[in-house]
Amino acid sequence: MAFPETVPLLGWTWDDMLFLLLAGAMLAAAVFVVIGRDIVRSGLSMIVAFAALAGIYVLAGAVIVAAAQVLIYIGAISVLILFAIMLTQTKAGPAQLVFHRQAWAGALAAVGVSFLLIVTIINTSWPLQVGEVIGSATEDIARLLFEDPVYVLALQVIALMLTAAVVGGVFLAKREDAPDPGEVSRAELEPIGPPTEAERR
Amino acid sequence: MSQSLDAYLILSALLFSIGTFGFLARRNAIAMLMSIELMLNAVNLAVIAFGAFTPSLAGHAALIALLVMAVAAAEATVGLAIVIAIYRNRRTPLVDEYASMRE
Repeated sequence: MAFPETVPLLGWTWDDMLFLLLAGAMLAAAVFVVIGRDIVRSGLSMIVAFAALAGIYVLAGAVIVAAAQVLIYIGAISVLILFAIMLTQTKAGPAQLVFHRQAWAGALAAVGVSFLLIVTIINTSWPLQVGEVIGSATEDIARLLFEDPVYVLALQVIALMLTAAVVGGVFLAKREDAPDPGEVSRAELEPIGPPTEAERR
Repeated sequence: MSQSLDAYLILSALLFSIGTFGFLARRNAIAMLMSIELMLNAVNLAVIAFGAFTPSLAGHAALIALLVMAVAAAEATVGLAIVIAIYRNRRTPLVDEYASMRE
């Protein structure tokens, strides 16, 4: 049986069909991320949004970026965020108010931003456009990354920054239960815990 | 539709504004960080879309997207570490309570 050229009944190409499905899944998951009441579900829904976006990258011909998206976002950042959620969750979490009282202003700003961007996108004629998606070969990317001086420098800077981020993350998140004997002991410093009723007044 | 730059860019604009709303409206610090990740992804999508439709930019676009991802990973690491450090002192992940406990 021959595989049909276009989607049966609708007459779209398969690429269009996939693009619409992935875009719809991504937008729905992203909306759930920002309005979800339970933050653990928001985090899981973020993974769906990232996965759908990886599919869109493949449709756009950027296969290596899609692979990096799966590895970095779904594999690393999502796990990091889920861990942080579970470390900072309170029992009353899902029962509390999800949004600020000024959320309507945020909604207004978001609608304004999307309106402005979409009007600009539609009214601009982008130069140098080709009619269809072209892929980027991995070899080209590697050549650029290691031969173009700009990207070589960027690679070094990123490496330094990731090292700094790892060290900084460990430093910030580590418990300070057991201070060094050489340092000022914790009790001599001001207590940082939640202010008591008396302090608050 | 999957062969038009405008479709990708509009999708990216929608994702960016969803992230904007989440960042401005959510009370939970981690939800705000997730919204930032959504916005970074929207920017990445726009970059990739420009690369996909401009032959001379394809490799550059993929590289810029990869660099943005590395920055996003660093940002998530430090941001979440800060949220955990504040949580340890204040016992809440809600940003408006950080402000009200300031005095």
